[in-house]
Formats: sequence, structure tokens, C-alpha cells
Amino acid sequence: MVPTDLRYTKDHEWVRLEGDTATIGVTEFAAHELGDVVFVDLPEPGRSLEQFGTFGVVESVKAVSDLFAPVSGEVTDVNGALTSQPELVNSDPFGAGWMIRVRVSNAAQVDGLLEPEAYERLIAEG
Amino acid sequence: MSASGPRLQPTLFELSKPGRGGGKVPHPPSDALDRIPVDQRREAPPALPELNEPEVVRHYVNLSQLNHAVDTGFYPLGSCTMKWNPKVNEWAARLPGFAALHPLSPDAVAQGTLQLLWELEQILVEISGMQAVTLQPAAGAQGELTGILMIRAYHASRGDTGRTEVLVPDSAHGTNPATATMAGLRTVSINAALDGGLDLAAFKAALGPQTAAVMITNPSTMGLFESRIGELIGAVHAVGALAYMDGANLNAILGRFKPGEAGFDVMHINTHKTFSTPHGGGGPGAGPVGVGEKLLPFLPAPRVLRNDDGTFRLERPGERPTSIGRLRAFVGSTGVLVRAYAYLRTHGASGLAEITDDAVLAANYLKQRISGSGVYDIPFHGICKHEFIASAASIKKRTGIRTLDIAKRLLDHGFHAPTVYFPLTVDEAMLIEPTETESIETLDAFADTLIAIAHEADTDPDAVTSAPHTAPVRRLDEVRAARNPNLRWRPVPAEWTPCPE
Amino acid sequence: MAYGPHTPADRERMLATLGMASVDELFADIPAELRSSPLRLDPPEAEQQLMARMGALAARNRVDLASFLGAGSYRHFSPPLVDQILLRGEWYTAYTPYQPEVSQGTLQSIYEYESLIAELVGLDVVSASHYDGAAATAEAALMTCRATQRRRVLVSRAVHPQYREVLRTYFAGAGLRLDEIPLVGEGPDVGMTDLEALERLLGDSNAPVAGVLIGQPNFYGLLEPMADAARLAHAAGALFVAVVEPVSLAVLAPPGAYGADIAAGEGQSLGIPPQYGGPYLGILACTDALVRQIPGRLVGMTTDLDGRRAYVMTLQAREQHIRREKAASNICTNQALLALAASVWIAALGPHGLRDVAALGAARATELEAALAAAGAPRVHRGPYLNEFAIRVPEARAVHQRLLDHGVLGGLVVVDVVPDDPSVADGLLVCATEVTTSAEIAAFAAALSNVLAGDGVLAKGRVPRNEPVPAGATR
Repeated sequence: MVPTDLRYTKDHEWVRLEGDTATIGVTEFAAHELGDVVFVDLPEPGRSLEQFGTFGVVESVKAVSDLFAPVSGEVTDVNGALTSQPELVNSDPFGAGWMIRVRVSNAAQVDGLLEPEAYERLIAEG
Repeated sequence: MSASGPRLQPTLFELSKPGRGGGKVPHPPSDALDRIPVDQRREAPPALPELNEPEVVRHYVNLSQLNHAVDTGFYPLGSCTMKWNPKVNEWAARLPGFAALHPLSPDAVAQGTLQLLWELEQILVEISGMQAVTLQPAAGAQGELTGILMIRAYHASRGDTGRTEVLVPDSAHGTNPATATMAGLRTVSINAALDGGLDLAAFKAALGPQTAAVMITNPSTMGLFESRIGELIGAVHAVGALAYMDGANLNAILGRFKPGEAGFDVMHINTHKTFSTPHGGGGPGAGPVGVGEKLLPFLPAPRVLRNDDGTFRLERPGERPTSIGRLRAFVGSTGVLVRAYAYLRTHGASGLAEITDDAVLAANYLKQRISGSGVYDIPFHGICKHEFIASAASIKKRTGIRTLDIAKRLLDHGFHAPTVYFPLTVDEAMLIEPTETESIETLDAFADTLIAIAHEADTDPDAVTSAPHTAPVRRLDEVRAARNPNLRWRPVPAEWTPCPE
Repeated sequence: MAYGPHTPADRERMLATLGMASVDELFADIPAELRSSPLRLDPPEAEQQLMARMGALAARNRVDLASFLGAGSYRHFSPPLVDQILLRGEWYTAYTPYQPEVSQGTLQSIYEYESLIAELVGLDVVSASHYDGAAATAEAALMTCRATQRRRVLVSRAVHPQYREVLRTYFAGAGLRLDEIPLVGEGPDVGMTDLEALERLLGDSNAPVAGVLIGQPNFYGLLEPMADAARLAHAAGALFVAVVEPVSLAVLAPPGAYGADIAAGEGQSLGIPPQYGGPYLGILACTDALVRQIPGRLVGMTTDLDGRRAYVMTLQAREQHIRREKAASNICTNQALLALAASVWIAALGPHGLRDVAALGAARATELEAALAAAGAPRVHRGPYLNEFAIRVPEARAVHQRLLDHGVLGGLVVVDVVPDDPSVADGLLVCATEVTTSAEIAAFAAALSNVLAGDGVLAKGRVPRNEPVPAGATR
């Protein structure tokens, strides 16, 4: 089951839109596929992101994956806890394992992202 | 269950005791450093360990015994060619005339080594079918960079500046795409055809005026000879691009296939694979690069030249302005090259051909033994070259036991594991390369063990998943190592576990 | 075949298992038009013949000269125990520790190497080693660009000229900009990096600088004002890279103490023989803050399933086999056996022995400077040096050639490797280490006096050579 109050990308990021602020992380499926996350590289607050451009990197012992921004906007906040506890991405991907907050420049972009059912179908198909 | 075996060692730092050691070099006069300005001097001496000779020797002898090595047993690490490292080569490299020679010695003082290097170049030219060879690159990866930089220089010299892409098969070593990036080019990954070989149509579709080069490993990392290579090289040249050959698998083609004759424009050679120079626990290597006519002007400097009077010399700085320059200081890893030369002289033409014949025969025999058992998946049938892929995909599906577990279980039987999870394109891959220097008894024993482990996966899976049992340590916590990196000894290592007894 | 185990019967059995009559059938996948022409090489040689050949070639090199040649490769005493350890097959016939459970020897030795070098350079992160000092310096320069997201690096013209050539090669490939910092042309600081020029170069706001590279000691043996240079670099937001010679760090301030972010250098001087240029040991170290930017293998301490201390390659996601075209570098191997050699050498000598090596070299150099000055060849520069310095002679190339006739390798003809610096056009770069003897120094000084007095040795002809070995290997 994936949370029903979020939107998703085919690259396995999730986004929660509250007002003009989007909170972004990776899905449980992505965290499981990566294995034990050992490092998360995130942008400085203030950086502006393009939709589907890379905003960071997540590493496990034997794999590395780029992180893609589901929406355009400016980074307002970064989850500093991941510096010392990258394992939060595995243990609570939709909660304490969030990665960045973005002030979205075009909220309509969110409407173009995958609905929960569509994302669930995507991961079911592998 | 706990591991047994040789004793683990405390670090050098824990063995240290103030006041130990000494007696190796004379003491300097007390005013030796008086002329060094005080602010340039080191305030506190480095906190290096203080040990006496017996402790140092025992430490390193005991540590050595924690290693698996070619000298201790079978090492079928695919793509690495872990063949026998002849002892006479170690003797040769240590001859004072070679070992004590300063790299900036005048040519007249270095005639023996210069002759050796010049002859080695000629031998490698003959083996590769290329026009010339540089011995400068320090390893295969640096050889790749050398080759791609020469290709860039070639295009630039023709004013052909729009070539920004390098086409690389998806099964290639990671060094290929990483090299392209270092040379300022973009990698385009091309998937293999269903039979594991080059997908000619996909390559042709990707080739164009933007293509600088293709990089091909032949035989491929699947252990297959790329029989469509001639047509691919033709297509590459037709669009004005050049063909790079990764020579990692040269051991399979000595005397059977010369890349230069087939039209490759440049290739690198790993002396530590094909020509028996020791792998050294991870290096040093050496990565000579051969080039065809188009790239001759761009070879790194300095080259070794033969004078009309039969003496030898190095190119002078600036003598050949078209050169891409230097990749390293001095001439090359000469100590490695001395060993490779000795190996090549030992074998000569007939011995080299025999190496390849025996390496390919051993790989096919082992493959037949393993495929005949029916317990492993063999993704590519037919003949292989010097190595082949087996997969534990079916075993994993049936029992949950992975290639990783099988690799660890092999360690319990005194075998090193094959290369695992490479190439990335085959699920649960094991790349197995026996080399030509392992006896049929060893090949049989390895095959029997590998097959037995597959059965054990059904009968006693815990024994497999908890392996190794007899290695010096059990499986490691790699997550901890990466999350909280401890990359150097600290005098007070806090929670970092007690010193081994 | 020399090392092959197969009897004819073994081969037949293997072929029979494959249902084949001839090994040629195993090469049927090579299309006829691609099959190789025959190998035109000499026939095999028996080990006895090979040893005679190798001995004869080695004997054609002259290693009997009294040598004062350094310039990036140094002779040092190596206790016999070092090579005896290196000759253990468990070390040199192992490969990369891909299976850590059966590679703890190599892994712990690399961890210890990282720790020993960290002590010497005063920086916490040390790579498992790079190809050589030049390649390590190039990787250091590329690191500064990745870390700062800037595209321009400044390198002192007193960094080893061949290292600067390598930097140019790597930078041309990566499309990055490399500018050289000029040297002070006169006065007490002549031959040292010009800090005023550095400040000007750093001030170009259109081309922000990623890193500043300075050698310590520099190519001419001089001690540079590293702390001041580091301050200037940092003030401009650039990283500071010290290009160091590790033996000197037993007595000189370590890079970490003067604010260097990265140290790179050639580890050959840690007891590795000169062997005409390699294999050598590229040292690369950095601060903790840059750990994700450092290329090459890193070994870390961890535990096994039973909680016992153990070692493993770590932070591998930086590397080419995982990150492919996005990797920090294409480097795959390291110089593990050379890192081991350096570690055993350091362990054998200990901190006091290492200090003695560095200080004795300085003392011998003092003696050498005095002897050569008395013979008529004063130093070119005036700044402080440790154990290497340039002397001024008329017609450096001719003098150097004549010294060879006296059995003296009188250092390096500077113009041969630095053709573009007129201030050292008449220089010989000479060095002394702990193995330099007073007798050698006296011989050098006497020969130099003779040569400078015009002893007519030139008429006697060239360096005597041993019998030539017939050249050729291909047929």
C-alpha cells in the first residue's frame, strides 16, 4: 500500500503539497530496492530546482541513485537528520525520512504526477 | 558458529611501545635542521608506531596469512585473469641495474632499460596488430583515458569538433563510461543483443556525426567473441568515428585475433592480466596502449626511440608537439614492464599461442562441467572464450539463496569466488575465469564444489547463507562501515571493538 | 608452455568432454576474415636463458655512479625486511579485496597505510593510493573543481614540471582551465611562488578559482610560504592543495597544520626503489569535509557478524564500478603493493628513524652545498631548502656530461625538464639523502673542480658502456 494523500513520479519520488510548499522524499519501494541507505546528498536551501531535474543523490553500499525533483521551485528546507541517520530513509520513507521542502513555482505540475493507484500499478508491474 | 583460522592482528599502532625500534639508519648531527626556519618545522613528531624488527615482521607475516592469493589457491575471478605470477620475473625486476636506475638518468646511463622498453613495444605491436605502443599508462583505466584523449585530439586536429559521444555496450566495465566523462565526452549506453553479442542495429542507429568513438571489449565481459566486430568497425569508420578496444580480455585471443588487423584504431593492454605481472593486492598495474596509423601523432610523450647507431633514447620535451602530453611523471611503471617483458620472452610466439589455447580450453571445459550438472543457469551457450557466465537465478528463485551466498560458501572450500554481479546485465551473475595455469584436477575440484553448493542450497541452506565459516572473519557489516566511516586509526577508538587477542 | 600444467592427455580429456577433436574448434567463432596473421616473435626461452638475457640488459644500465639526482625520485635506505615481506606471495599474488573475508591482510594493511599517511600529512582521509605523485596531483586538482563547482585551478610554476604536464593533459580532457602562478624573479625569495601574483590571479571575479596547488618543498627544493598561500586561497573561496614529499614531513610542518584541504604527493621516497619511474605510490589525502569528493579506494574499519573487528572497502558508491559515467574518477586499481611497501618501511624505521632519515639528508645536503660552492658552483636560489637545491654552473649540459665521465651523476640538467625558465637555464638540481656519503660528496666536488677548470675530459669520450645486447624481439 502506498499512502493515498501523496503524488508520485515514475522515478519513485513522492510529493506532498501543502499550500505552496511541497515536501519530497523517496518511496518505500525505492528505499527497499536500494537496500540500506548509507548517505543522502541534498541541495542547499535556496537552490532552485527544475521539474525532473536532479536535486541530490542517495547511496546504499552497492548502489547509487539520482534524486529527481517532482516539481519546480526553490528549496526552503532540508532534512538535516539524514546526515547522521540516513537509515530513516529505510525505516520511515514517507515520514521522518523526508528529504527536502520546496516552494513550488507552479502548483499545477503536481496534477501531472502519478496518482497513488497509478504508482501502485507501476511498482506492481516492476 | 564461529570462524576459525589464522589469528587476526592488532594494528601497528596498538603494538607500538615508546622506546622500541631504532638501529636502522645512523643518527644525524644535532644541528642538522638548524638552518630550517622554525615556522617551517614540524612542531610535534608524527605519532607513528614504535616497533622492533621481530614485531614488524610477525605483524606482516601474520597479516599476509589472512589473504587468499594465487600462490595459495585457485582464484577464478572473471575478467581479472588471475594466472600464475612467475617467480623469475620477481628476480628480474629486482636486479640492481633495473631497480636502482633513476628515471631521469641520462639516456647513455639507461641503455639496458631503454632497449628493454623498446623491444617490449615491438612485441606488443606484433601481438596487437597495431602500429605503435606507448608504455606510459600506469593501469588499464589510465590506458583508456590515454586512448580516448588521443581520439579527441585526432578529431580536433581535423577541425571535427562536434563529436561529443562515446558509445559503450551496457555490459562494459565501469571504467569505460567513467573514462569518457574524464575526457569530456558523453556516454551513450547500448544494450546487448539477445545472444549476448553486440546489437549491430542499435549501434548503427546511434552512430552519427556526433560520435567520437565506440569502446568495445572483445571478447566481451560475457566471455563471448564479438563475431560482428568487423561490420561494426566498418560502420564506425563510415561515420568518421574511431574504434577503441578494451583489451581486458586479451588472454583469450593471443595469436588468434589481432585487434589492429581487424581495424581497431586503439587498444589498451593490462599487463597484470595477460602478461602475468602480479596484481599486488589491487595494484600496481600497467596499461600499455597500442594505436593504428591515425593516432600515431598523438601518442603520449616521451616515446622510446632507437637511434641510427642502434642506441636508444627518450623523446625530448616538446619534440613532438602533436602529442597529447603526459599521463604520469617519468617514463612508465618500468618495474612492472620488466616483468611483462620477461614473461613475453619466456613464452615467445608458440608459448603465447599456447596460453590462449589452454585458457580457452580450460574455460570451456569448466563451463561444460558446470552446465552439464544442470544446477546453474548458463545464459550463453556455445563456445566461450577465456571466461564464461553462470547464474544462480534459478537457485535463488527456488531457495532464496543468492550468488553472494554461493560465493561466500566457496571460500570455505579454499577457492576464491568468481567475479559476482558483473556484468550488471545478467541476473545473479558469476563470471568465471580459470586461466591457463590451473590443472584439470583443480578445475574438476572447483566444478564439483560449485555443484555441491547448489545442492546444499536445497539440503542445508543455512550452511550456505551463513558462509563463510572457515575464513578468518565472517561476513562484514558494510552498512556500518559506510554510515560511520572509520578510515584511520585513532588512539582512542571509542566503541571500535577490542584489540584482537 | 612454461607455467601450464596440462599434459597432452589432460588436453585430450578436456577436448573429449567438449566433443571436439582440436582446440581450433574453440575459435570457430572468429570469422575467417578476422583471424590473426601468425605471431612473428622469437621462440620461447628457458628460464636459464631468460636470466642470462635479463642480467645482461640490467648490466647495461649504469647504477654504479655517485648519484645526486632527485627531482621527484629519491634513493633511500630500505631495511632488507621490507623486500622480504613484499616477496611473500600472499601479498603480491592477491588481487583487490573483493571478498573481504579472505582478504583481511590486504585490507588491514591498507587501513594501516591510510592511518600512517594521515599522521604524516595531518589530514584525516587518505585514499588507498593512486598511480603516482603526478596522477594524484591531477586528481587533487579535479577534486577542487568538483567540491567548489568552479572550473579554474592555479598551479605554481615551481610544482614539478612533469606534474604540471600531467595536469594539462587531464585538464584539457575535462575542459577545465589551468593557470600557472609565476615565481619570484629576484631577491631573497627568488625561485619561490609569487604570492602577490597569486593574489592577483585569485582576484579575477570572472574566473573564480577552485584550487591552488603549491609544492613543498618545491621542484627547486625550496620551502614555500604555505600558510600564507593557504590563507590567500581560502580568502578567495578556493581550496588549497599541498604537493608534498612524505619523508620531509617527518621534520617539516604537515599540510594539515598550515590549512591545506588536500595533500598530494609521490610516496616513492618511502623506501620504494627508483626503478626508472615506477611503479610508484600516489598519495592523496584530504579533510573529512571532502571525503565524498576523493577518488579511489578507501578502506574502513567495521565488524563482522560476530562483532569482531574487520576491514572492508567502503564508500564505494563514489567509484566507477557503481557510478559509471558519474564517478569521481575512472580509477579502478590502486597501488596496493606499493602502499604496503611504504607502510612496512615506515613501520621498520619508526618515527625516530624517519626523522633521522630526513634530518640526515638535510645534514648531507649542507655538506654538499658547502663542497660544491667551494668547487665553484654556488646555489642559484637563496631561500631555505631541506635536502635538494640548484647550483649554477656554466654550460650545465656540458658540465653534467663531463661529470658522468668522472663517475658522478651530477643531478639534473634543469633546462632539460624546464626548457622555458631562463632563470635556471644554467642550473643543476642536486640532492642528498641519508645514503649519500661524504666520499661521494668529495668525489663530486673534486670532479666539478676539474671540469670547471677545463680538464679536457671531454676528449676522452663518452661514458664507458658494457657490451651491447643484440636488440630485437620480433621476427
